[in-house]
Amino acid sequence: MSRPELQAPAEFYYGDTEAKKYTQNTRNQQIQASMTYRALELLNLPTSSPAFLLDIGCGSGLSGEILDDEGYIWTGLDIAPSMLEVALEREVDGDLFLQDIGQGLGFRPGSFDGAISISVLQWLLTAPTSHHTSSPPFRLKKFFTSLHSALKNPSRAVLQFYPSDDDQIQLVTGIARQAGFGGGVVVDYPNSNKARKVFLCLFVGGGMSGGPSSDSQQVPQGLQGDGDELEEEGKVKFEKRRVSTRDRNANGKRKSQKVIDRDWILKKKELYRKRGKESVPRDSKFTGRKRKPTF
Amino acid sequence: MVRLITHNILACHVKGCTSNNFPLQLQGVQIELREAEFNPEFLKTFLPKIEWKALVDTAKEARDTSLPLEQPEMLDDEFLKNLHHVLLEIHIEEGTMICPNCKHNYPISNGIPNMLLAEHEVG
Repeated sequence: MSRPELQAPAEFYYGDTEAKKYTQNTRNQQIQASMTYRALELLNLPTSSPAFLLDIGCGSGLSGEILDDEGYIWTGLDIAPSMLEVALEREVDGDLFLQDIGQGLGFRPGSFDGAISISVLQWLLTAPTSHHTSSPPFRLKKFFTSLHSALKNPSRAVLQFYPSDDDQIQLVTGIARQAGFGGGVVVDYPNSNKARKVFLCLFVGGGMSGGPSSDSQQVPQGLQGDGDELEEEGKVKFEKRRVSTRDRNANGKRKSQKVIDRDWILKKKELYRKRGKESVPRDSKFTGRKRKPTF
Repeated sequence: MVRLITHNILACHVKGCTSNNFPLQLQGVQIELREAEFNPEFLKTFLPKIEWKALVDTAKEARDTSLPLEQPEMLDDEFLKNLHHVLLEIHIEEGTMICPNCKHNYPISNGIPNMLLAEHEVG
């Protein structure tokens, strides 16, 4: 299936059903959560006082919940009314706004201590209508200039997004530079197809890197490796074969490959419970025991 | 769920509306009070960003007169408690925000303000 941002504008794509699906999908929740934590890490906020943050494209409040947990006071913007409704139902603490970020943000200068945005910018890279104010460069420019002024100096904005090619990254970073931002792109797990994540790490002023006096704006390092949940393709097959040859016992016969022991059963049951499956038997001391032979 | 802390940093962003576009006036508002965690450190760091007169005026529109007209030099506990109440516990649920300059209406329904502009207002 093609990418969601190519199918319809965000406010239509995330209708009532899609908004529910998006929020209830546990895999999606996990990915959003890990990206939010990573974005907060890249924000590099001072720990001394709780910050006032902007969540751009807050959606149903998946990232907002984490901001609540971490003790931040925040304001969220989104263009999809259905997503905001879900956020209201979930009772997040932040203020919610129905706003098109491509039209610019209406905040007084220097209001926010930082901004995060998870999986949003790619929506700005398609044109919703043919009007000249709808072209991606125009909307990006509006967004970045108004964001730059809404942030205090020094501060940072971390925006995770899914660019479809390098040209899009160049377009976005180019316009962000024009708007006055420093910084650049941080790519986590660059060698992996699935776990690869692109963060646009933007600095206002010094960006708090090494004190206000230093003018070197060091972009943080991206995470290396292939991501935890990812199997390394190619390598895995080879490993498996070696392990299985070692598993042969003294007679040269193979042991059964699947060992269904107590740990394995407990793990599976835990997984089913997490997925919300009903009638998973409870754990007891008898779990995973062999029956006595009947004769 | 517009709290007054957010209202205080909100300005009109219609095309060409660059001066006198703050604060947005409230009209026909319904208020809801919701308790929030008291956090004096946050208030102290946020205090310099507040437009004091705008906050006092808005609080009056929301029928709360606990704040002094001038921002006090000394931050005692009672003042911080009042400030906390005004900034973080007063939620605007329904009503309209009107730009004092261009008279653009931003309707608030179900606690969510609609900040969308028409195409000719974007610029």
